[in-house]
Amino acid sequence: MTPASPVLDWTRGGAGIAFQSCSACGHHWYFRRDFCPRCGSGSPVDRQATGLGTVHAATLVTRAPSEELRAHAPYLIILVDADEGFRLMAHGARQLRIGERVRCRFVSFGGRLIPFFDPA
Amino acid sequence: MSYVTGVGLTPFGKLPGRTTLDLMSEAAAAALADAQLERADVDGLLCAYSTTFPHLMLSTTFVEHFGLSPTYAHSILVGGATGFAMAMLAHTLVESGVVHNVLVVAGENRLTAQSRDAAVQTLAQVGHAEYEVPLGATIPAYYALVASRYMHEHGTTEADLAELAVLMRRNAMSHPGAQFREPITVQDVLASKPIASPLKLLDCCPVSDGGVAFVVGREPTSGSRVRIRGAGQAHTHQYVTGAPSLTAFGAKASVERARESAGIALSDVRYAAIYDSFTITLTILLEEIGLAPRGQAGKRARSGYFDRDGRLPLNTHGGLLSYGHCGAGGAMAHLVETQQQMTGHAGARQVKDPSLALLHGDGGVLSSHCSLVMEAQ
Repeated sequence: MTPASPVLDWTRGGAGIAFQSCSACGHHWYFRRDFCPRCGSGSPVDRQATGLGTVHAATLVTRAPSEELRAHAPYLIILVDADEGFRLMAHGARQLRIGERVRCRFVSFGGRLIPFFDPA
Repeated sequence: MSYVTGVGLTPFGKLPGRTTLDLMSEAAAAALADAQLERADVDGLLCAYSTTFPHLMLSTTFVEHFGLSPTYAHSILVGGATGFAMAMLAHTLVESGVVHNVLVVAGENRLTAQSRDAAVQTLAQVGHAEYEVPLGATIPAYYALVASRYMHEHGTTEADLAELAVLMRRNAMSHPGAQFREPITVQDVLASKPIASPLKLLDCCPVSDGGVAFVVGREPTSGSRVRIRGAGQAHTHQYVTGAPSLTAFGAKASVERARESAGIALSDVRYAAIYDSFTITLTILLEEIGLAPRGQAGKRARSGYFDRDGRLPLNTHGGLLSYGHCGAGGAMAHLVETQQQMTGHAGARQVKDPSLALLHGDGGVLSSHCSLVMEAQ
C-alpha cells in the first residue's frame, strides 16, 4: 500500500472498489492490510475491481441507526461476490435478488460516496 | 470437575435508576447467597463488559465496589458468547486448581441509560468501521443478510422463523422476571414493524436492563449438584462480509469440542439453552448443531418438539427474545435457567428430565462461539 497508489477506494473517498491480492499464493481479499491473511506474505498488491459481481445476500433496512440516515430509509444492503473473487458490502437497487448479476456505480450516502449496485 | 454452586438473576426490562454496578452487585449478592458463600470465599472473579459503563478495568472496579479480594480477576469480551466463555474459563480455572470459587458476573442498564438510537449505533460497531458501518448497517441488518442467504438455500420461511419467537414468548409467560409476557402469534410476528428484511420487530430480541451472576466452584457448597461437564469454542471471523460462509458457522465445531470433552452424544441431551438474539440466530444454531434438520427448526417448534413437555425443552425462561437481552448477561440467563431446571427450582416452568443440557452462545455475527455441557448429579 503506497500513498501514491492510483487505485480508487470508496472508503478513502474515491469512486472505486479496491481490493488486494497476494503475489505469493494468489489469494484475493477486500479489507486492506499489509500482509496476506492466508499465507502471511508481505507486500500485497492493491488492485481495482471492475465493479461487476453477483448478489450473495440482501436486506431492506427500514430501521436506520441515526436521524441523519433515516432520510435514506428504506435502503437495500447487499453482499456482492465480486468477479475478482472477494465479497463486499454495498447498497443496491430495491428489486435486486440473490443470484442476480450486478454492476457498481457510486452514490452519496451519509455525506460520503458509497458503492451502489444495479442489475448488470 | 466444577459445579455451578449458586445463581443470581434480576428481572430484565426497564429497571430505571439502576447502574451497571448496581445490577452486577444485585446479581452477585444473590448468587453468593444461593451458593452459601461469603465475599471472602470468592478467590476468582470474571467480568464481561458494559456498553453503558465502558470502563477499562471493569473487574477490579467491581472488586472495589462489591468488596472482594480475589487472587485472580479480569474481564473477557466476545460479545454474546461472553457469558458461556466466562463459564468455560471458570470451569478451567477451577479444574486446574488455580482457584476454588469463581464469581462470574455481568450487568448493564442498556435500556434506560441511553436512547434507542445510541444502543443501535453502539451495537452496530461490531461491524467493520470503514467497510460496513458507513453503509448504515446495524446488528439486525448483519443478521438479516445471513437470514436472506440461509433462507434462500434451505427454504426457511418467515413464518418458520416466527414460530421460534412465539415459542420463546410462550415460555416467558410463566417467568415473572421476563421482559415480555403477553402472548403473541405467528401472525403478530409477521405483522410486526419491519426492521431489516426478513426480520421484523418480533424476530429481534429487545434491549434490556438486567444483571446475572453465578458461582463456579471446585466442590458443591450448597444444595446445587449441577456440574459443568465439558466446554468448547470456535472462532471463524468477525465481520459478516468476511465470514467464510453464510450457511455454515463455528457452532458445529464448538459443540463437537464441548461434546467430546464431556464424552456425550448429541442424542444424550435432554435440555437445550441456545442463543436467540434473533429468530434466525436460533434457527441456524439449532440446525447447524444438529438439534433440528436443515430448514426444519421452525416446523419442529410448531410441532411442540421444543415445548416444556416436548422432546427437547428449549430456553424455558423465554430466551433473549422474550426474557430479554442486557448484553453479556443475556446468555448467562440461559445458564441460570438450566441450573434452576436441574435443581428443580423452575416452578411452573419445570421440565421432567433436565439431567443433561447443551448450551450454546454466539457473539458478533455468528463470529465467536462457545458451548457448554451441563449435568445434574
